[in-house]
Amino acid sequence: MNFDFSDDQKQLRDQARKFLAEKCSPKAVRVVLDGKAPYDKELWKGLAEMGFLGVAIPEEFGGAGAGHLELCVISEEMGRANAPVPFSSTVYLAAEALLIAGSDAQKKKWLPAIASGDAIGTLALFEGKGNPSPKNVKLTAANGVLNGVKKPVADGAIADFAVVAARNGSSGRDSDISLFLVDLKAGGIEVKSLTNLDPTRGQAEITFKDAKAEPLGAAGDGWSILTQVLDRAAVLCAFEQVGGSDRALEMGRDYALDRIAFGRQIGSFQAVKHMLADMYVSATLARSNSYYGAWALSTNAAELPEAAAAARISATQAFQHCAKNNIQVHGGMGFTWEFDCHMYYRRANAMALGLGSLSYWEDQLIDRMRKKNAA
Amino acid sequence: MNFDDTPQEAEFRATARTWIGANAPKQYEEELRKSSLGRTVLKNADILEVAKAWQKKKADAGWACLHWPKEYGGRGSSPIERVIWQQEEGPFGQLSRMFIIGHGMCGPTMMAFAREEHKRTYLPPLASGEKVWCQLFSEPAGGSDVAGLRTRAEKDGDDWVINGQKIWTSGAHYSDYGILLTRTDPTVPKHKGLTMFFLDMKSPGVEVRPIKQASGASDFNEVYFTNVRIPDHQRLGEVGDGWNVSLTTLMNERSAIGAAVSTGFPELFEYCSSLMLDDGPAIEDRAVRSKLANWAVKASGLKYTSMRAISALSKGERPGPENSIGKLVAGSMIQDVATYGLDLQGASGVVSGPEDAELAGRFQAMLLRAPGTRVEGGTDEIMRNIIAERVLGLPGDIRVDKDVPFNKIPTKGRG
Repeated sequence: MNFDFSDDQKQLRDQARKFLAEKCSPKAVRVVLDGKAPYDKELWKGLAEMGFLGVAIPEEFGGAGAGHLELCVISEEMGRANAPVPFSSTVYLAAEALLIAGSDAQKKKWLPAIASGDAIGTLALFEGKGNPSPKNVKLTAANGVLNGVKKPVADGAIADFAVVAARNGSSGRDSDISLFLVDLKAGGIEVKSLTNLDPTRGQAEITFKDAKAEPLGAAGDGWSILTQVLDRAAVLCAFEQVGGSDRALEMGRDYALDRIAFGRQIGSFQAVKHMLADMYVSATLARSNSYYGAWALSTNAAELPEAAAAARISATQAFQHCAKNNIQVHGGMGFTWEFDCHMYYRRANAMALGLGSLSYWEDQLIDRMRKKNAA
Repeated sequence: MNFDDTPQEAEFRATARTWIGANAPKQYEEELRKSSLGRTVLKNADILEVAKAWQKKKADAGWACLHWPKEYGGRGSSPIERVIWQQEEGPFGQLSRMFIIGHGMCGPTMMAFAREEHKRTYLPPLASGEKVWCQLFSEPAGGSDVAGLRTRAEKDGDDWVINGQKIWTSGAHYSDYGILLTRTDPTVPKHKGLTMFFLDMKSPGVEVRPIKQASGASDFNEVYFTNVRIPDHQRLGEVGDGWNVSLTTLMNERSAIGAAVSTGFPELFEYCSSLMLDDGPAIEDRAVRSKLANWAVKASGLKYTSMRAISALSKGERPGPENSIGKLVAGSMIQDVATYGLDLQGASGVVSGPEDAELAGRFQAMLLRAPGTRVEGGTDEIMRNIIAERVLGLPGDIRVDKDVPFNKIPTKGRG
């Protein structure tokens, strides 16, 4: 047994950390946060050049062909840096959907473009309120075109293509749902940017009016593919959340050492120390659950669904906990625009919703644990 | 990253499994499997006798104290082999609980500080469970403030004469030996005037009085010393260096990783899987599911945190203060889990007798034992301080007694 990343993988993590420290300072993040750019194009290009976008994409499709453990360590750093780029939607959702269900031609068309940073992809699943569920998919597919409205779509306003969940049956079963690939630059598409909790990663409403679409995977397999995509993305997002948790904890720790009140470093007060210790505990539990998820993802283990849900819940809680208490440690300064605390608070709370809410994943986890116990 | 055994590990596992299959006391398996915190009772046997017999059998076949060197009664195994053994030993591992203090803390302290002839004399029977050891640190005036202890040791010829009182001593009532932290110089600041010994618990002047706990059980004791004589050659470390010696003991306490911490979660999940509430199965209830999911990820987080620690250990890294999180998280979790288990039982949850209570009183027993888990080996607050100071690098607490001679420090209350 060896429950750790390899030295090579840790080296890759250090490389990513160093790169992001240089190219993705809080100042750079603020350009997007302040609405001066929809995402950091230069950083995106740089990530492509470093090979980070295609790290888990096979070489035959233009990637580095390394694997998912390598992607996990990079994701952690993306979260630590709060990178304002469409990494999760493109790399976790769109690329993974293509890897799982794409035809050879579809992979050849989109995967090299993702790896090179030339194409941004996303998943269009949600239609207003509610969690991932076949019954919440109302957008219809018929005769090769889609009709309906998706919102929110992460990075929808800057994406070149989307994987779209659509209904092409009314049996009431999961098999009513199929997936489609849609070129968002083609006709029949209207995109509207939405104000959202975390402006460093945009959200959009996309209206499909007789929009041309090609099937991704077999008709009726949509829900089963989506479940796999969401599970994989849950693990990968968990690493971003772990990175964000660690950074929020560090910021709080550093401030507690720096700030003097009542004649002492505030980090010498037990109330503050214990708050930071609890942040460390939640971040550590999340990291350990995420490592298990990484193992399950990289080996495609039967444990993946359960491990993914556990990683998702644990990392979501940790990031929210650390981001929230980082502000608390900072006191009044913590909720000013000037300090960086709110960027992590925004990201933590936006990420908590992106793949379905915490309560959705709690449900998933219990269902999966029951299934395992029954087996 | 993988969970597979190496060929060597697989061979070790197979050998261990075969031996356990042929030798474990199977007649107690079911009772041990259903034991949980605060509730390890064998109906028709004395658990200490059963535990000693199993430990002796293991020792004779070379399976005792796996991580100890062979010459002291161990096996010289790797940390991973130790974990594999624990996995294979399963519920029978519950029987080792009697020996945790001796094997986890007293033995390693002896190894680090005792004379060679003492190691060879005392360690093998400790490993084999023939002799049980306890650790005499805490005192009424010094609970979490271990260095605030007042038990005196005064030199008299080749002996030291001990007077004073210890408290919260696990297993003292069935222990043969103990390691004892004393004050040898009250005129210097508290950490500097301590000295460590080991002693025969049957020495004249040692009196053990079991403490009845909130749960009704008596796992702990008060131990009184009246003119107890300990020969100087039973001193561990230098005179006045007892604090450093005790830190070795406490570090070893932390490295007892791999030992599964009780969280109460498996019991609660199992219970909810079959429980019917007024509106249907508990496991279908939204509120119940949410609670379960939250505890599930804590339990799995602890499990994989300990696996990460074992991986680090097997690469030669030392167990660090980050391992304090196990007890910190599990301690309050088991208390909350037990409270919730009882909440699900409604008014009937108040009945606690194993014969009449729901689920044979498992949650009731946990509830009454759990407060102790949050205190023993360092309170939640001490654990948080350890994490804050030694992991996160925050300043130590301001200690007003730091440079004050011990006999000038005011004291009141019981620890």
